[in-house]
Amino acid sequence: MKTILLAAVTAFALPVPAMAQSDTQSMPGMDMGQKPVPPKEQAAPPIPAPTGKTDDAMPGMDMGQPGDTSIGAAPAPAPPDDHAADALFDPAKMARARAALRQENGAFSGSMVRFDLAELQVRNGSDGYRWEGEGWFGGDIDRLVIRSKGEGSFGQRIEKVEVQALYSRAISPFWNVQVGLRHDIVPNPSRTYAVVGIEGIAPYWLHSTGQVFLSNKGELLARIEGSYDERITQRLILQPRAELDLSAQDVPASGIGSGLSSFELGARLRYEIRREFAPYIGVEWSRKASGTARYSRLRGEDPSAVNFVGGVRFWF
Amino acid sequence: MGLGAPMATVSGEDIQLDIGHVMISVGGREGHAVGINGTVPGPVIRLKEGQKVRLAVSNSLGEESSIHWHGLLLPFQMDGVPGVSFPGIGAGKTFNYEFPVRQSGTYWYHSHSGMQEAMGMYGAIVIDPAGPDPVAYDREHVIILADWSFLHPHMILRKLKAQGGYFNMQRQTLSGLIAGKDQSAADRRMWAKMRMDPTDISDVTGSTYHYLVNGHDSTANWTGLFAPGERVRLRIINASAMTNFNVRIPGLPMTVVAADGQNVQPVEIDEFQIAIAETYDVIVEPKGDEAYGLIAEAIDRSGQVRATLAPRLGMVAPIPPIRERPLLTMKDMGMGDMDMSGGGMAGMDHSKMSGGDTAGMDMSGSAMPAMDMSGGSMKMRDPSVAPQVKLGPGVATLSPMPIDRTGERPTGLEKVDHRVLTYHDLKSLTPNSDARVPSRELDIHLTANMERYMWSFDGEKFSDNTTPIPFRLGERVRVNLINDTMMPHPIHLHGHFFEVVTGNPGHYPMKHTVNVLPGGKVSFDLTADGLGDWAFHCHMLLHMMAGMFRVVTVRREEDAA
Repeated sequence: MKTILLAAVTAFALPVPAMAQSDTQSMPGMDMGQKPVPPKEQAAPPIPAPTGKTDDAMPGMDMGQPGDTSIGAAPAPAPPDDHAADALFDPAKMARARAALRQENGAFSGSMVRFDLAELQVRNGSDGYRWEGEGWFGGDIDRLVIRSKGEGSFGQRIEKVEVQALYSRAISPFWNVQVGLRHDIVPNPSRTYAVVGIEGIAPYWLHSTGQVFLSNKGELLARIEGSYDERITQRLILQPRAELDLSAQDVPASGIGSGLSSFELGARLRYEIRREFAPYIGVEWSRKASGTARYSRLRGEDPSAVNFVGGVRFWF
Repeated sequence: MGLGAPMATVSGEDIQLDIGHVMISVGGREGHAVGINGTVPGPVIRLKEGQKVRLAVSNSLGEESSIHWHGLLLPFQMDGVPGVSFPGIGAGKTFNYEFPVRQSGTYWYHSHSGMQEAMGMYGAIVIDPAGPDPVAYDREHVIILADWSFLHPHMILRKLKAQGGYFNMQRQTLSGLIAGKDQSAADRRMWAKMRMDPTDISDVTGSTYHYLVNGHDSTANWTGLFAPGERVRLRIINASAMTNFNVRIPGLPMTVVAADGQNVQPVEIDEFQIAIAETYDVIVEPKGDEAYGLIAEAIDRSGQVRATLAPRLGMVAPIPPIRERPLLTMKDMGMGDMDMSGGGMAGMDHSKMSGGDTAGMDMSGSAMPAMDMSGGSMKMRDPSVAPQVKLGPGVATLSPMPIDRTGERPTGLEKVDHRVLTYHDLKSLTPNSDARVPSRELDIHLTANMERYMWSFDGEKFSDNTTPIPFRLGERVRVNLINDTMMPHPIHLHGHFFEVVTGNPGHYPMKHTVNVLPGGKVSFDLTADGLGDWAFHCHMLLHMMAGMFRVVTVRREEDAA
């Protein structure tokens, strides 16, 4: 290390302290002792290189242009672990600048909050509202994800509020694995679940999420969601959506039957006034299946509903 | 109206430059910019080969700044990259750059700190040769092309991280399909299956950018004067943050005489693509008493800007309508030269890329270790084609069959019906000085994931791998840049010129920045003669900021650890 510093200093014939940045100092002795012309004639090459275009081709090395068949196979030098500028400037300042450079070139950290659904629902019976959104905070690979969804009818107690807090890790170009907790604040009795899921973009640009939930009562549930953006014009986008809910068992307290418990198909047509702000209208068909439908009928509810929706998709 | 005001010029052995906040007017709107000596662009720095120069650079911003002299050969500690060559210029501080001027030609300078370059901190450097100039001309104009957004560049990056296609307002649509535009339904399905977008030409587009010539948009009509019959030298510099341009002067052929400041054998063309950070010197000889429009069109055709060449101020030439947005092809995916003799990709059924189709492929000159021809499918992320690449979420694709595209017309100019410059047309005026055959070879992959807006070399962002790329002083190395993305990358090595391996051995063009076409491969021969540490990066500013950056170090062999 010391010899490298020494060599660098003598090479530049520069007094080290004079190089520190200040208001008025100039850079003395800038002549590097090399010819001030671009052509490359200095310093004999440490590796004896073949001259001219010979035919002593290296087997398996024919990667170049026709004619350049004699590119050598010299080993690369080992990367040094010191920094050239440390010999000329205050190493502490250089270390700070290097840390900033490293941070600046790739160490992204950011956030985004997006509500895919924030809508009013025109229902047969009582009109209601619904939201579905998520926020992420973190870098390219590791993120904290907060998801929330809920719905209710006007003039009544809110029907469903679900919040998830997940650690999300990018595991491949298009997929993230997510683990964390889900808590259903409403309905009562509330439930807390452990969550394992995968989220990403499937071939054909299908935005997909699959989650498995294990409740604090030992119930096992699952959910699959998918959506697709069909661009009609640059700003007018039709988004079909689907959601399937599954259960491994009957959960009478929550009115969930085992098997496919419910599904939902929707289509929403949005206009992106800005990418971040897109009013939409749409229609949604939701159907409670088998056991869940039975529970639903017991409560006097229709297990199948077609709702017209209108809302805004937004993010920031 | 015509704007004839030339940019300020500074020259001599002692030059003072002040970095500061300025307000600029673009399209009738005021915006906050970072300028030098109160202007955007900064003054033209005019030097003479063989002189010494001292540049006192004062920073009156509230943050650190720096100036990098792009293309100049100088001691590494004068190169102006904070964290590599020096600590940077702190707020309120002055740094004195001092170096001998060892070369001549057209270069430029810009901030290498944060996003200042995207906010207007750039200017031209013109160095007159010590001896007679091999290029004869009666008059010259500096033309600096740039992009400008009223959106702060950090916001631009944030939006791209949130949504990779945020600024692309030229995607394929259903209404386009019904109208018979763009790809066929089958092609669209195939591209969608691969989660690739053939309209992804530029990350940041005319939907937010205003394009500028010498700091002015088209309406300002910046005008360069000439007297009919004169030989006019245009020193064209692309100082954009994120925009490659197609440049043409309808009705006026251009003779390219220098690229990246280095003289080339004159070649007459009608249009060229200038990647970010490249410079081209062209000679034009307008004969008539009329105006000509210099048109710089963003390569995704989302916008353009014109300047005017005219015998008098106040003249204009017609601005041609912007041309149709190009579409990327299989070649841009690194699937090699799939072009059938039948003429183009349009009729090809890509969904059946197997068996019989491949028989007609032009395999000559391409290395294709990864192609599974028998199996019938071309894998887009086969690790065996690039064992050195760290395959993480930041690498969406690997080019299965990258080919040398330096002889090809660049993106979007494949079919225009006039002469278009390719790298093969660039032949160094003087023979290359280092005739040695490279003693070794180095592959560097340009890697990305557009959806996550991650950019890297060999799959690793600089923040994840700061290990320098080492060279021995004086060593001659062939460097192969392999583009595993569907975007062009202007790759810049500081402190050196390298010879781009084109079809002209002995007269390879000397460049400081080389544009690697999508799915393509560029080889250059480097004589590592610049002792010290140097930046090496993609000059798409946001690609660099996302991680497409490395340090190159040139050391004496005996210093190696």
